[in-house]
Amino acid sequence: MSAVVDTHGHGHDHGHEHHDHHGGYSGVMRWITTTNHKDIGTLYLWFAGIMFFAGGMMALVIRAELFEPGLQLVNPDFFNQMTTMHGLIMIFGAIMPAFVGFANWQIPMMIGAPDMAFARLNNWSFWLLPFAATLLMLSFFTPGGAPGTGWTLYAPLTVQQGIGMDFTIFAVHILGMSSILGSINIITTILNMRAPGMTLMKMPMFCWTWLITAYLLVAVMPVLAGAVTMTLTDRHFGTTFFNAAGGGDPVLYQHIFWFFGHPEVYVIALPAFGVISQVIPAFSRKPLFGYASMVYATAAIAILSFIVWAHHMYTVGMPVTGQLFFMYATTLIAVPTGVKVFNWVSTMWKGSLSFETPMLFAIGFLFLFTLGGFTGLVLSLVPIDIQLQDTYYVVAHFHYVMVAGAMFSAFAGIYFWLPKWTGKMYNETLGQWHFWLTLIFFNMIFFVQHFLGMAGMPRRIPYYPLMFETWNKISSIGAFGFAVSQLLFLYNLFTTLKSGAQAPQMPWEGADSLDWTHLPTPVPYHTWETPPVLK
Amino acid sequence: MAQSATTPQRQAHYAVPSPMPWPIMGAAALFLMAVGAVFLFNGRHGGWVSIGAGFLLLLYMMVRWFGDVIRESEGGKYGRWEDVSFRWGMSWFIFSEVMFFGAFFGALFWVRQYSVPDLASIESNALLWPGFGSHWPSAGPGFMEQFSPMAAWGVPAINTLLLLSSGVTVTIAHWALKENRRGQLIVFMALTIALGLTFLGLQMYEYGHAYHELNLKLSTGAYGSTFFMLTGFHGFHVTCGAIMLSVILGRCIAGHFTPDHHFGFEGVAWYWHFVDVVWLGLFIFVYWL
Repeated sequence: MSAVVDTHGHGHDHGHEHHDHHGGYSGVMRWITTTNHKDIGTLYLWFAGIMFFAGGMMALVIRAELFEPGLQLVNPDFFNQMTTMHGLIMIFGAIMPAFVGFANWQIPMMIGAPDMAFARLNNWSFWLLPFAATLLMLSFFTPGGAPGTGWTLYAPLTVQQGIGMDFTIFAVHILGMSSILGSINIITTILNMRAPGMTLMKMPMFCWTWLITAYLLVAVMPVLAGAVTMTLTDRHFGTTFFNAAGGGDPVLYQHIFWFFGHPEVYVIALPAFGVISQVIPAFSRKPLFGYASMVYATAAIAILSFIVWAHHMYTVGMPVTGQLFFMYATTLIAVPTGVKVFNWVSTMWKGSLSFETPMLFAIGFLFLFTLGGFTGLVLSLVPIDIQLQDTYYVVAHFHYVMVAGAMFSAFAGIYFWLPKWTGKMYNETLGQWHFWLTLIFFNMIFFVQHFLGMAGMPRRIPYYPLMFETWNKISSIGAFGFAVSQLLFLYNLFTTLKSGAQAPQMPWEGADSLDWTHLPTPVPYHTWETPPVLK
Repeated sequence: MAQSATTPQRQAHYAVPSPMPWPIMGAAALFLMAVGAVFLFNGRHGGWVSIGAGFLLLLYMMVRWFGDVIRESEGGKYGRWEDVSFRWGMSWFIFSEVMFFGAFFGALFWVRQYSVPDLASIESNALLWPGFGSHWPSAGPGFMEQFSPMAAWGVPAINTLLLLSSGVTVTIAHWALKENRRGQLIVFMALTIALGLTFLGLQMYEYGHAYHELNLKLSTGAYGSTFFMLTGFHGFHVTCGAIMLSVILGRCIAGHFTPDHHFGFEGVAWYWHFVDVVWLGLFIFVYWL
């Protein structure tokens, strides 16, 4: 980043009188009514953390059941509910809110804005989430339980589910509202709130990836709302969108869903790219290599993401021309993604590298996300995908993208920014233990699932033939090890917040965005009340 | 246009609003309405009570929240910089609405171009539904009743005229506002609302006609589903738009807005034009072709 702040004639300490009060409310009401982007970012991150552990518990139920062949712990229906809710909660409750939390904290500070453009709407975007999550969880307590359809909520199975499905549908509506409102806010903030001189092409990469992510969300969340609305009316009002007897088509649901679903993959991946693009330069003590190409690659990925959706549907019946189109379009995404990976590697090339926890997670991301990208490339090829559709190979693939991609990047972001936000330094040794254990157990869970998938083990099935036992046992042990490793993170987080060592003003001397270079550590409650002027 | 400046700088400070309890109230209201709807749809008791309570709460929240913002705006808190934010916000909101309708238009095109012709294809005809022919409007091979489709050149054509005229009247009202002719502004705003309400009345008449004389219902297969969901969601948006216009009319009568500071008016006008454009799509693809 080449922006330089002109510090002559004005400072950012303009609003002394605002420093220590939180807008007139205190206690719980402060958090309920807050319009401060930092408060709201914190709320998002705590919410994401709680959901991460809730979704993780469900994953443990799945892995416990799959420890041995045959049925041990849960019945197949409950197993299906676990896979469904694990997916929905991790995607809509954990990963997305975590990155919105980062966006809230970082974007205004990085672009020199006093807050988000719509600070009250920001509050609403957050507070919709706990209510939607409650709706989702309520479905467990209905007759028939939560939906057992898989997170994709495919018709016609959803049309046949119990009352829990209706709770899930409305939860998805409200989650979607939250995402749309939050995204409108982020787009407006980035387009209208940049400090003078902070041109678009000077913005930190994290802001760029979020701008494009927010655009994707505004474009596709309403489409998901449409899909689940059709499910709702098919269930209760006699419409036949997904019923062939009425001229409808279950495949129609899949098309609408994946028109949302594939851009959604990038909604999760792009902010992760953004975090990595901040962390790697900071620990390489070099500016990001190929900044402009990074921006264009991000935009290219976003545009391509709208024309590849049917690669999730090769086996449901599609003309060969359709398969070919979606196959070529999908493989094309490897080009801009490759540009990104090469740029990250080139940033490290001849850099003055150091390997603190954020950097470790970023490098872990680089290796494992790339692996997930490669298996994605494998799955994009129609002849192979037809063999691997709905097997554990697919499960392994998208967990490399979601966990080693998004979640590793979220951890990198937390370790990277926590000192800035709180003024406290986390325990580096514990952080590194957390990284290595997470890395090892992650691969223990998911690397072996490639083998299971290639051997033909189907996903979303609670029992399996004896021949799959060894790999499943390894995977399940890995899952419990992974869970325990996350407790280490929790311990590190709580002890840091309670009694962490004082963080220096610049814990990472290579970090070069405005929040690092021109704001004190920890950051005050209000920042940039007077916009900085950049030259 | 004076308002479309891309560099709104530089006010010294952006108005970062004070905390308020209304947003979480709105979230709770939606929660109550969702739970109520689930109960209602599944024949449980208490559905309406929960929906009603949620709706009242939502209404209260909107009155208080918008009330605060209107007071702040009239108090001169919002300048050009904030104005540009409102413009971006409303534009992207309307874009999200377009995408929502896109899902339903997508469904319409899919059933017309793929699923109905496919159900009439050789394999399907031989194995599942002998004698089912591909035609549109269709309620699918399993639908046994007779129904008539809605004709384009009766009420729907009149409705098209009504909505297009309302787009003109709201623009005239905007011109009046910009030249500070308050009387003309109020008359044309009222006219716009009247046109919108007439549209809604005719739409209701059309639905009654469909149900009672054409035997065309929401459950009339693919045609009924797409027809009523598309026109129904559009009608819902017209209703919201008419309520929004009424609020703006009330504010005009109360003397709000100035010739160069009236985004509240413009945002609603944009929304009204959006509803108008969606209707054109409906008229062409649902009624006409």
